[in-house]
Amino acid sequence: MVDLKTNIGDIILKNPIMPASGTFSEDLASVFDIDLLGAHVAKTITAEIRSGNATPRVSESGYNMLNSIGIPSKGIEDFKKNILPIYKEYNTPFIASVSAPSADGFAYICDKISVPGVDAIEINISCPNIEDDGKAFAMRPNSTFKVIEKVRSITNIPIWAKLTPNTGETIEVAKAAQDAGANALVVANTILAMQIDIKTYKPSLGNIMGGLSGPGLKPIVLRMVYQCSKVVDIPIIGCGGISNFEDVIEFILAGSSAVQVGTATFINPNVMLSILSGIKDYCEENKVSKISDLIGLVDDKNTPDTVALMEIDI
Amino acid sequence: MDNKSRIKIYEVDTEVISNNYISNDYKHLVLRAPSRALDIVPGQFFHLQCPTFEGSISFLRRPMSVYQFSKKEKQIEFLYKLHGKGTRAISNLKKNNIFNIVGPLGKGFVIEENYKNIVLIARGVGLATLAPLGNLAFEKGINLTVICSARSKEHLMSIDLFNSLSNKVITVTDNDGSSSMFNLELLINNLMSSQSVDAFFTCGSNRILKLLKKVCGLNNIPGQIALEQQMACGIGMCFCCVRPFEIGDKIIQKRVCNEGPVFRISEALPW
Repeated sequence: MVDLKTNIGDIILKNPIMPASGTFSEDLASVFDIDLLGAHVAKTITAEIRSGNATPRVSESGYNMLNSIGIPSKGIEDFKKNILPIYKEYNTPFIASVSAPSADGFAYICDKISVPGVDAIEINISCPNIEDDGKAFAMRPNSTFKVIEKVRSITNIPIWAKLTPNTGETIEVAKAAQDAGANALVVANTILAMQIDIKTYKPSLGNIMGGLSGPGLKPIVLRMVYQCSKVVDIPIIGCGGISNFEDVIEFILAGSSAVQVGTATFINPNVMLSILSGIKDYCEENKVSKISDLIGLVDDKNTPDTVALMEIDI
Repeated sequence: MDNKSRIKIYEVDTEVISNNYISNDYKHLVLRAPSRALDIVPGQFFHLQCPTFEGSISFLRRPMSVYQFSKKEKQIEFLYKLHGKGTRAISNLKKNNIFNIVGPLGKGFVIEENYKNIVLIARGVGLATLAPLGNLAFEKGINLTVICSARSKEHLMSIDLFNSLSNKVITVTDNDGSSSMFNLELLINNLMSSQSVDAFFTCGSNRILKLLKKVCGLNNIPGQIALEQQMACGIGMCFCCVRPFEIGDKIIQKRVCNEGPVFRISEALPW
């Protein structure tokens, strides 16, 4: 019997598999018993009512997807009245996800949804589809710190900072989130991208730019998880292009305590179940009794020495 | 709570029975499918996983409405027009190939208890979406009128099927000018002066939607339309497939995959 339990701070997950925000809703319960998942992560909400971006909102590029959904949101009251009660019926931790245009805005919405039934709040400071040119708080350590610090001062509920691959300061942003009081990092969100139709000359997305997700994003985010796990002590939840159990094991070895599965569910709505049975089989075959024993076990100690650039006499 | 009782969407492997051309750019795909996935309401759709074809990848599934199905025969059929990468990949499927589909998805057409006379009116491949509704109306003993519109006689889909369900199948084409909106309106008005109509059903044409919004509004007759939109998840999670609808004096975005694909004609907006 393999122990798939994993902890995100004080929250005990029965297994490390949860959906990524925006790729999950109660509608998936029409496909399989969603109580089998490690956690339920809601779609991001904002305090203001938003209708989302212009269509087309998705396009495909190889084995990847671009989206510019733009966080349609019915606001806080709708969330409390119509979304939250659905998940109270399940014995699975429920994670809300929020976005706002300012640190105060984040604090406001987090205060409002710090209610029974919300086990943690994912702070979506990384959506590339809200501000012009894909700007997001998680691109810089300073703006990350301000948002997380403000939210931390207003709620006692665990907060998970969702980081972005659209930064050259991965390590600094991760540290800033931890220093400001985040209980976990979700690494990461989609990478800013675009695509042009060569027949019509038009961008494939109504919003011109959007976020790329899918298998192509995986090695990029895996690298980020590895980098972050070297510099923070809080748990990391890997998220980006995870499509099968092998990807999950890789993310755990890189330092993830749990993972989120997103785009893969669009292609195969049962994929999280197949991943669960895949990691169970992997652990049995490899004599791993507790999956949490694998966290951060990547063997990077005895890598060969770098070949130094040699001077060449001409 | 019994979560199992909620499960009604299935991801299943099907086997291709046939995949033949029925005209230059239309094909008819017949699949053998597990019967658990075949509790289908006319108007519902499946999300199809296109095979990789000559290096061309269709990563996302493609939504397609059901043309015919039989739970008893364990069979499901699709009628599709070749117009993009996805449908071209599907057109390459051969007998005995395995083809993965997800469904049934969305909310289908509703035949209210009091409907005794209904009119189906559609254009081109939109007729395929209305075909299973024709079967259901026939089974229920409802008086069925079908108006089929197309570019030319060769593009009129499923006429034999509709003829087997109704003795009032009217065909109109662009070639002889009979498919003009002026003529269609005349046709519908004549029909309504000779018999009562309890509801209109349509799919696939912006101009027919505009006409039916007018006709339904003037005569206070309900109508339903099956709409299309590009989709990612097909289940309701991603909010990719929204379209605007007029609800009272508000414009509301609804998901075609989840709140639809069948909507009230009074709420649907021309595109």
